[in-house]
Amino acid sequence: MTVAFGRPTRPEPVDPAAGPRSGAQGLMQDEGLIFERDDWSRTGVDLPDATLTASPLGDLAAKTPVALPGLSEPEALRHYVRLSQKNHAIDLAMYPLGSCTMKHNPRLNEKLARLPGFADIHPLQPQSTVRGAVALMDGLAHWLKTLTGMPAVALSPKAGAHGELCGILAIRAAHEARGDARRRVLTPTSAHGTNPATAAFAGYVVEEIGQTPEGHVDLADLEAKLGPDVAAVMVTNPNTCGLFEPDMIEIARLTHAAGAYLYCDGANFNAIVGKVRPGDLGVDAMHINLHKTFSTPHGGGGPGAGPVVLSEALAPFAPLPWIVNAGTDLLERAEGQAARATGRMCAFHGQMGMFVRAYAYMLSHGSDGLRQVAEDAVLNANYVKARLLDVMTAPFEGPCMHEALFDDRWLEGSGVTTLDVAKALIDEGFHPMTMYFPLVVHGAFLIEPTETESRAEIDRFVDALRRLAEAVKAGEVERFKAAPIHAPLRRLDETLAARKPVLRWSPA
Amino acid sequence: MRYLPLSADDRAAMLGVIGAADIDALFRDVPAAARLSEPVALPGHAGEIEVERALSALAARNMPAGSVPSFCGAGAYRHHVPASVDHLIQRSEFLTSYTPYQPEIAQGTLQMLFEFQTQVATLTGMEVANASLYDGSTAAAEAVLMAARVTKRNKAILSGGVHPHYAETVQTLAGATGMEVVRRALAVDAEDSLEGLDADTACVVVQTPNLFGAASDLTALAEAVHAAGALLIVVVTEVVSLGLLRSPGSMGADIVVAEGQSIGNGLNFGGPYLGLFATREKFLRQMPGRLCGQTVDAEGRRGFVLTLSTREQHIRRDKATSNICTNSGLCALAFSIHMSLLGGEGLRRLAALNHQMAMRLNDALQGVPDVEVLTKRFFNELAVRLPTAAAPVVETIAGRGLLAGVPVSRLDPRGGFDNVLLLAVTETTRGSDIDALAAILNEVLA
Repeated sequence: MTVAFGRPTRPEPVDPAAGPRSGAQGLMQDEGLIFERDDWSRTGVDLPDATLTASPLGDLAAKTPVALPGLSEPEALRHYVRLSQKNHAIDLAMYPLGSCTMKHNPRLNEKLARLPGFADIHPLQPQSTVRGAVALMDGLAHWLKTLTGMPAVALSPKAGAHGELCGILAIRAAHEARGDARRRVLTPTSAHGTNPATAAFAGYVVEEIGQTPEGHVDLADLEAKLGPDVAAVMVTNPNTCGLFEPDMIEIARLTHAAGAYLYCDGANFNAIVGKVRPGDLGVDAMHINLHKTFSTPHGGGGPGAGPVVLSEALAPFAPLPWIVNAGTDLLERAEGQAARATGRMCAFHGQMGMFVRAYAYMLSHGSDGLRQVAEDAVLNANYVKARLLDVMTAPFEGPCMHEALFDDRWLEGSGVTTLDVAKALIDEGFHPMTMYFPLVVHGAFLIEPTETESRAEIDRFVDALRRLAEAVKAGEVERFKAAPIHAPLRRLDETLAARKPVLRWSPA
Repeated sequence: MRYLPLSADDRAAMLGVIGAADIDALFRDVPAAARLSEPVALPGHAGEIEVERALSALAARNMPAGSVPSFCGAGAYRHHVPASVDHLIQRSEFLTSYTPYQPEIAQGTLQMLFEFQTQVATLTGMEVANASLYDGSTAAAEAVLMAARVTKRNKAILSGGVHPHYAETVQTLAGATGMEVVRRALAVDAEDSLEGLDADTACVVVQTPNLFGAASDLTALAEAVHAAGALLIVVVTEVVSLGLLRSPGSMGADIVVAEGQSIGNGLNFGGPYLGLFATREKFLRQMPGRLCGQTVDAEGRRGFVLTLSTREQHIRRDKATSNICTNSGLCALAFSIHMSLLGGEGLRRLAALNHQMAMRLNDALQGVPDVEVLTKRFFNELAVRLPTAAAPVVETIAGRGLLAGVPVSRLDPRGGFDNVLLLAVTETTRGSDIDALAAILNEVLA
């Protein structure tokens, strides 16, 4: 067999829709797609020739190289650095996305995750050659269990939604083990979209529980909807309105009395870490987003990690692998006790790279520091709320937990919307807060500063919002509708994107 | 504490602005019975030096694959990642940004995703690709679920060459929705089997190169699967193979899912990895996961946004195509940078080097008595039958400082593959590594 190393050429004609582009603006460089370069034959990797004369592949081999452009190393650096400069980042300025916990990502964690002893070990090496890795996983598990007051944890789920699914599947397996088929899952209207999506994924009918005027789970409605066919109640606590559920212990009691399990969405664990253990509230399962509470970077949309802590009742149904033999071994197959496991949530053992980072973060803060994390996160959010209450409107009175929620009553009649204010904040140099979520609050602004913002930075952010509030009052509608004007691009036409999807570059 | 900017004075002043007597006043909604009055029973805070020392000690108890001759594959491969890749993904603007929900200040991530989607679609020979899923195994499960939505059928058939971890993941996740998942017995070369294909079959899932390293021509299978009204899902666990082999799309695949770790991403003991997902345009609205699309801004300039989100959980809630939210953004970036550095020609050279090294391994194993190479049309991985159980042999050899591949029994104890060992090579393997493996096998098996 012979292999051709022909240089790929760019297909013609060039996409006419590509232009015109804006030129560079100061430090902000214009940058086209890699596919729009004239010469596709460059490379940033020097590799020797190979001889494949005796290859057994025969006609399985493609006749020509894949038609993709290459870049030399300097071109690649420029391309990606130029792209990077069009992104907002935690390291640049406050990133107060509610429910996302955009806290500082310590660089020590990046360094340690890159130690060859963690980054360069194969998931299927003999276990005798990875004792330190398993010990780290066991150490992480110990911290997660201790911080949550729960007896077991499944580490393998790859992100929050994957963890939710893991928890719900464990709940389903526990019911089925008793021959108890149940078909409904109850979740509040304010829940993250992943909660109903997860329950539906696992084959359950999702029913919503109402909310009280104070922003809490409506106990009477919960009680009315609980019944012998309810498998689980999924509650976020602190909830998506940024409030602690004061009746959580009662919610657990009612849930258990109906023979159901209480699933807690742990996305907001940052508000209570070291202050409250979900196990003490009666929770049966809770996922923990290591990329939120435990500082692993969000990376522009992942990777995350979503370990799930489990109660005594659910522990036997944790997915494989299990850490066994006093934390020294991974049990990868369903044998013995593990035969009751839910199965496998993914290949291998979970997000080791995230485990290292999260563990380094825990050791750095310690139990005292983590408690301070929760207190400062809650303090910062309440400070934001206190400083804005006279110019914006909040749907719920009293203190909040880690995020401050406002509605859009203060915009009524102004012609300015929540979206407009968010886009105007971009011109002020900040990433907008989460908007229009939770769904139960009209035109919601959900602001989560996190504990890693200084008072000065929060003041800068609050001052910007206060100036915008004044501009709303002054009737400067045009300014809001035009925003953003200082970002790399103006508002994007999302309707066009959805109506005529262009999801890849193509030469035609 | 080095990660907390507030001083004691700040805290006091801020409580004053809030009008709270103390911090506990802000936690008033927490039931008294559940309030911890002091830190939980775990060690207190530690400085960088102490933390680095503690984790370095744990790292030192592991044997890095790069420190010894290593032949481990089976779904995770040790390739060389150019230094510039890791440098670029640590740029603050990529590392510390969120999912690009505010496109005006996230064009960097969005343009990268648009390029990534184009690269993945081209590489797999498909029309559209999404912005990544968690890993190859969960991508396989999502593909099976998508096939059920498209065909409105309820059965998935998995070939005996599909990685057992993938098959188990499909069983857990697709099985959870009530789908019937039929796993055929492990087989070295049975990707073209039609066994079980019927009018209830939503999809047939095959892998190439398969668990045993065998590549196959899927053209005839695709035709038969389509004739039965089902979809062909092709799993690729070693994505570098696409640099040399004909693409699954060109052979008739309807959905291609792959583990993208091999390009741009390290071994990391199994994660984070990168799920690649590509399909035909006609199935677009049934796809799981995020999609980046092109559009224009208010001044008519080209830009990119996340689009078709009416498929997704944050809009559709219990009617979503998947519950996925956070995916593998930074791993996708690493993949895309490495792919851009390689280009089509570089990828071909890389794949050819891998294949050449596998041929060399094959030659060397012919000289080891009682060892039989089972894989005929291999890319960079071979299954070999030893005269004795493979797992203890691997353990013994590890004790002598060589990682001699993955015993099939570790992945699936059933089916009489106890003596079968999977051996993978890449461009990082040296000729002397292969010589060392052959020598030690000769000795240990003698």
